[in-house]
Amino acid sequence: MTGIVALYIFMLAAFTGYEIIAKVPVILHTPLMSGSNFVHGIVLVGAMVALGNADTTLEKVIGFAGVLLGAGNAVGGYVVTERMLEMFKASGAKAKQKGSH
Amino acid sequence: MPTGFDASFIVQASYFVTAALFIMGLKRMSSPVTARSGILWAGAGMVVATLVTFLYPGMANYELIIAAIVIGSLLAWWSGKRVAMTDMPQMIALYNGMGGGAAAAIAAVELYKHSQGEAHALTISILAVIGGIIGAVSFSGSLIAWAKLDGKINKTLRFGGQKLLNMALLVGALVIGGMVALHLNASPLFVTLIFVLALLLGISMTLPIGGADMPVVISLYNALTGLAVAFEGFVLNNAAMIIAGTVVGSAGTLLTQLMAKAMNRSIANVLFSNFGESGGAASGPVTGSMKSIEATDVGVMMAFAEKVIVVPGYGMAVAQAQHKVWEMCQLLIERGVNVKFAIHPVAGRMPGHMNVLLAEAGVPYDLIADLDEINAEFETADVALIIGANDVVNPVARTDKSSPIYGMPILNADKAKNVIVIKRGQGAGFSGIENALFFLDNTRMLYGDGQKAAAELIAAVKAVD
Repeated sequence: MTGIVALYIFMLAAFTGYEIIAKVPVILHTPLMSGSNFVHGIVLVGAMVALGNADTTLEKVIGFAGVLLGAGNAVGGYVVTERMLEMFKASGAKAKQKGSH
Repeated sequence: MPTGFDASFIVQASYFVTAALFIMGLKRMSSPVTARSGILWAGAGMVVATLVTFLYPGMANYELIIAAIVIGSLLAWWSGKRVAMTDMPQMIALYNGMGGGAAAAIAAVELYKHSQGEAHALTISILAVIGGIIGAVSFSGSLIAWAKLDGKINKTLRFGGQKLLNMALLVGALVIGGMVALHLNASPLFVTLIFVLALLLGISMTLPIGGADMPVVISLYNALTGLAVAFEGFVLNNAAMIIAGTVVGSAGTLLTQLMAKAMNRSIANVLFSNFGESGGAASGPVTGSMKSIEATDVGVMMAFAEKVIVVPGYGMAVAQAQHKVWEMCQLLIERGVNVKFAIHPVAGRMPGHMNVLLAEAGVPYDLIADLDEINAEFETADVALIIGANDVVNPVARTDKSSPIYGMPILNADKAKNVIVIKRGQGAGFSGIENALFFLDNTRMLYGDGQKAAAELIAAVKAVD
């Protein structure tokens, strides 16, 4: 990936993130923050690559900590988000139309 | 890697799928109807990305990788399952800090390699340094935020020259990082110093911030972690990390702004001023007296009302009264009373937190209205029942320019025909500001613990007829 392509990805992703949040009702702010917290758990993948390429003991120790923390971010973020969203239920059919704003 | 297929292509293609699943998942999470499926989509993306990374060309240390994933996942799973809903904000802070730490760890591994002579291109080294600093700040800062919200640190440490110290730490980390990136001095000691300074900066930045502002700070660190992940994604040439990290970075920044706005504060104000310090320095004396009322009278009042608006605050959640309150509301609804919940954007500990707490108690989300929807309705409400909320219904925010909360959007509970305030004692709110609402002619105080008061109200409503 060349630098300029990476820059394009960066810009488009930034707009995407902005657009996703811009129309969110306040009631979903906490779950959404938690959800986005889960999404940056993708750092796990990078930590796996870093540990996979670690040579010295120091690199391995840091890489191990990185994978451990990354896995914690991903799994913990998923569990709490899922628990919160599980509770969002409407009271009836009429709510289904209203809730889609 | 066995030949016959291009592992690298499979990895890249899977990352592409993951990025798409993340974006669609977040999109679904932005509506209450589809939110539940959104996290499942994003979760599927994460599983795909994690599994396929084992195919990444040229990797070693598989035992270590698997061991770290298993340990980290189990600990997080266990803690995430047992945390109470009221404690959710600090858990998000904790998991977020972990992500920041992981990003910093990636940067550290890359920079130690860099110092061993595996020189990277200059832009890559610079991005590694910046991502590493941001990740480390987010890591230590989030841990402090977690400790503060969890009550492990009660003190708010402030001293003269704190801003100067923060600035010195930041400049120090950047200068040393620059020297490492430019290979002027890329010794392991200098690499270590970058992270030490950044970790100290995160601690020193977060310690002076008061509990009321913590949600904004957590949201900010969430955005910062996203940015750090994106930068390390550039370093590792990993499109999934770049996209996911950037999306979170920009979404998190916007979310932080929305939160700060709801609290009538700017982000700079949260970070650099010491709110909450003024404490008891209340503006102008409030005249009048508080008038108390008995639960039985409130029960009758609500049972024969046409419209009741409940204004819950964090105090209700602390007293674990939400189940009882909802039980009482169900009784009223059966009697034909129009019941609604009015939620201030910062009710609870962060925007939307109160909705989660009410949802946990079984309140359907279509009975829950936010500030813009409900404020006009208070004038037609017979009863506004305030339980555990204080500053968010203080009319002083509309009238008294000298008040620290002046200009903050509030719920116009004072416009209701009758205002009932359930409150433990006569003290001031979280911000230490006297609440003028409590002294109004149409306000009555129902003293007592939230849960007990709600139970009394249930009995009182049942006793009517």
